Amino acid sequence: MSPGSNNRAPATEALRLRARRPYLLLRARLIQALRSFFEERGYLEVETPHLVREVAPEAHIEPVAADGGLLHTSPELCMKRLLAAGYSRIFQVARCFRKGERGSLHLQEFTLLEWYRAEADYRDMMEECELLMRFVCRRLGLGEQFRYRDRPVDLRGPWERISVSEAFERWAEVSAQEAVERGLFDDFMVDRIEPRLKGESPVFLYDYPAPLAALARLKPGASHLAERFELYVGGVELANAFSELKDPAEQERRFRKERRARETAGRMDYGLPRKFLRALDAMPDAAGIALGVDRLAMILADRGCIDDVVTFTPDDL
Amino acid sequence: MYNASDLKKGLKIQIEEEPYVIIEFQFSKPGKGQALYRCKLRNMISGVIIDRTYRSGDTFRPADLEERKMQYLYNQDDEFWFMDLENYEQVALSADQVGDARNYMMDNLEVDILLFEGRAIGITLPNFVNLEVTRADPWAKGDSVAGDTKPVTLETGYELRVPPFVEEGDRITVDTRTGEYVTRVKQ
Repeated sequence: MSPGSNNRAPATEALRLRARRPYLLLRARLIQALRSFFEERGYLEVETPHLVREVAPEAHIEPVAADGGLLHTSPELCMKRLLAAGYSRIFQVARCFRKGERGSLHLQEFTLLEWYRAEADYRDMMEECELLMRFVCRRLGLGEQFRYRDRPVDLRGPWERISVSEAFERWAEVSAQEAVERGLFDDFMVDRIEPRLKGESPVFLYDYPAPLAALARLKPGASHLAERFELYVGGVELANAFSELKDPAEQERRFRKERRARETAGRMDYGLPRKFLRALDAMPDAAGIALGVDRLAMILADRGCIDDVVTFTPDDL
Repeated sequence: MYNASDLKKGLKIQIEEEPYVIIEFQFSKPGKGQALYRCKLRNMISGVIIDRTYRSGDTFRPADLEERKMQYLYNQDDEFWFMDLENYEQVALSADQVGDARNYMMDNLEVDILLFEGRAIGITLPNFVNLEVTRADPWAKGDSVAGDTKPVTLETGYELRVPPFVEEGDRITVDTRTGEYVTRVKQ
């Protein structure tokens, strides 16, 4: 199924929805399993508003406007305000909205699992990712080894860890630093790096160039890098994590930089998220992560397109 | 104007003054990064296929294309001439542009001519055309088993295989998409 195909007759729609049943069932069981995992580990499930007044200004993420406010692009700001108020282990399964994102791995409206943990850093999150994936796969009866798109995936750890600079050294013609300076980081990621991340073991790609992680803490002793990782399973980018930046002044500087980038690109200015910045002062050391639930369901259902694991895509409405 | 988010398979846009159709499309957006719109495009005049990567903020001119009903007139010096049925203007396509459609070019045939900025660049035939058989060898009984076919030549010079009962002077229907015999036309 290719994204964006429309003009389906009603009878075809019923057939399509019925054919999707096993994937929707798997999706429902996956979400139950995710909840059990966090419950067992002492996390509190929270719900924060979808309709918000502030979003983090990010160069390449576009919110959808709604009723004088904005639909959140992720629950990150509200969840960090909760962290700052002393909620030390929280998770949320939230619908998020990002304007214009549509492809075989993208839906404008999609489901994110976010979790935050005080007194933890991104390495702890790597470990927790491994535990989470093994837990849900056992729960769903898939075991720790399965196939995705005719390739084996093996969840038995420890998973592969490659730094971004190492990946560029190995597979790109330029260093990560140079790619950022030339504005071609994403091109190299898509063309050279991501196709190499389809091995049996899931991969943590970590330590991103500092300009590419506006909300992450810089690496102690290597301030050109940020403590950020992306998790790839079966070649699909599945989760993004940070050791969270908690210095309000530094955070404000980063946001201003993102706003300038948005201004240069002719994108809408949403102002600074003042309430978030005020709360940040009280936030403990923490790590946070966002994981694409639709993509995880897609991988576990062995589907090549995100459309197959949701009831309706925008094109079906 | 189109935006990057309008790009999809089948969209026709103009690049450096030539019309292109998107034949493959892929949206990628690595984590927190910029959206990349990867397209494989075919030049609608030359047929050349190119790869392009676009980004948010890029804009595109829709290709100024129009399809008009025209009648085939004649061919001369490897040019095929057609007349617009509304305004009687005449346009020509080269033999290359006409391609296999030349097999069906008989006087007065009505076709759709694709125009780019007023210039003819392509042709779409009706799915079925009726043509006269100008040469057919008589069917010698016992030549072969029933269900076999024999070669014939049509008024346009096109040769194809037809069932044995088709005779010289018959009119037959041909499917222009496959080039195959469909039926004999009752006279």
